[in-house]
Amino acid sequence: MSDHQALLHVSKLGKTFNTRSGAFEALRDVELSIRKGEFISIIGHSGCGKSTLLNLIAGLDSPTLGGVFLEGDLVLGPGPERAVVFQNHSLLPWLTVYGNVRLAVDKVFSKKKNTAERDEWTREMLALVNMGHAADKRPSEISGGMKQRVGIARALAMEPKVLLLDEPFGALDALTRAQLQDSVMDIHARLGNTVVMITHDVDEAVLLSDRIVMMNNGPAAGIGLIHDVNLLRPRRRLELGENSDYLAARSAVLRFLNEHRIEKAA
Amino acid sequence: MKSAALTLVDSVEDTSVKAEPVAVPSPSLKNDASTGVSPGMSEARQRVETLLRIVLLPAVTFGLVLLGWTIMQQTLVPSFPDVPAVWNKAVEVFSDPFYVYGPNDMGIAWQVMYSLGRVLAGFLLAMAVGIPAGFLIGANKTFERAWLPLISILRPVSPLAWLPIGLLIFRAVDPSAIFVIFITSIWPMILNTAAGVKAIPQDYLNVARVLNFNRYEMVTRIYVPSTLPYMLTGMQLSLSTAWMVIVAAEMLTGGIGIGFYIWDEWNNLSVPSIIVAIVIIGGVGIALEAVMNAVRRRYDYTLQEG
Repeated sequence: MSDHQALLHVSKLGKTFNTRSGAFEALRDVELSIRKGEFISIIGHSGCGKSTLLNLIAGLDSPTLGGVFLEGDLVLGPGPERAVVFQNHSLLPWLTVYGNVRLAVDKVFSKKKNTAERDEWTREMLALVNMGHAADKRPSEISGGMKQRVGIARALAMEPKVLLLDEPFGALDALTRAQLQDSVMDIHARLGNTVVMITHDVDEAVLLSDRIVMMNNGPAAGIGLIHDVNLLRPRRRLELGENSDYLAARSAVLRFLNEHRIEKAA
Repeated sequence: MKSAALTLVDSVEDTSVKAEPVAVPSPSLKNDASTGVSPGMSEARQRVETLLRIVLLPAVTFGLVLLGWTIMQQTLVPSFPDVPAVWNKAVEVFSDPFYVYGPNDMGIAWQVMYSLGRVLAGFLLAMAVGIPAGFLIGANKTFERAWLPLISILRPVSPLAWLPIGLLIFRAVDPSAIFVIFITSIWPMILNTAAGVKAIPQDYLNVARVLNFNRYEMVTRIYVPSTLPYMLTGMQLSLSTAWMVIVAAEMLTGGIGIGFYIWDEWNNLSVPSIIVAIVIIGGVGIALEAVMNAVRRRYDYTLQEG
């Protein structure tokens, strides 16, 4: 068995979907241990099952084989201790920015905090992602990047043991994406969260992660390679351009992805 | 060059206004060329144009209809009342809308209110049954399979076909009319609510699952608010159809109500009253539509965007 200080342990995980054209084995024998405070990126070509892996960790889907253990307990379903930031923000359009975060706060802290404390906590989380000024706006009135900030605030407000990010910046333009990456790094430095992020952006993975988990192509995908990113924090994107560790990590991931190129897509 | 052109326009405008105030179009056309310079003026013009469009055009249409009516009345159907006769009837009807001379002889306001009361009663009953039913059908495949065929058969049936059944069950006209409105209103409510529940994005449900919402929280925090725009659409459809159906239903049931008022006046051969009633029914219909629009603007989050 793996080391005991692992916060999250993915053990012999397998997932087979029953499709109309028969059984499809998406994941086979995925083995991964994540320490407390670690920032992990999962990268791979589209269709490699990385989103399936995240859904299994989140508990939104259940594995066919093996299991996910959080602090030694088997994950049986979704829960706020594994909060998810969804790719398309998933804010509820009938609630304000404040209301979306408050919804989560009210549910998770219904017994632990009184009304005033919940209000304060909600505003603190919005301030953390620099969205305090837009608390009373509706999701339809703010930009995509701002929506994603609110999505992050909502997830952080649950005080998750593991924060799961499902391609959180995929739908954003490059400039907004860079700003949000900096915000996430900043929050990670301040709060020390354990983060698992799905991405298909090599630079994003290298910039943010302590370890990059590279996945083989499906069917029956698994972990191909894990690269440790030995860059000191805080990391500044402008200074990393010539850093040899940065370049080494970058080329390792690119080499892996290139070797596992999907032939039919080329 | 530009200023020269402007002064030319100005001078033309000045002289034309002084010389022949009737020829307004010609200087105002020239004014268009200088809109960039005098936005205030063109804004005022635009406002006048909008006003003309929303007041003058319909007024012309109404005028043409009244004219056509008068010509028809004087040539083809002399038995039809002329415009002044209807006008006089309207003045008479509206001069004392709240009189009560007996259980079957009341002012026009009472007639309308009785009809509205039946519509409201049937509508609320349909909400109480149709919205929960729509939720069940939208959320549960088994319910949908079980109920949809029956609804498909019943929905195209004119609600008036249910009137005899209502009379048979309730043995009274008022509940029967309400029953007809209930039948009218319930189908759009069920079907729109069900469509709304089916349209709830998986993302919202995933958010709810991560938050470990229980069934009650799921319904109140996700299902109902997410479905509300669809429900309101169903309610608006129901209400406008119900207002149409009540007139026909009351013609058959009798008693007090705008529908029976028309039927009664037909038996009295008072066609001016019927025309007045038609206009009143139209006015009430517009008012109901406006109320529903206001409700939707207040509660439909899809209309609050931008």
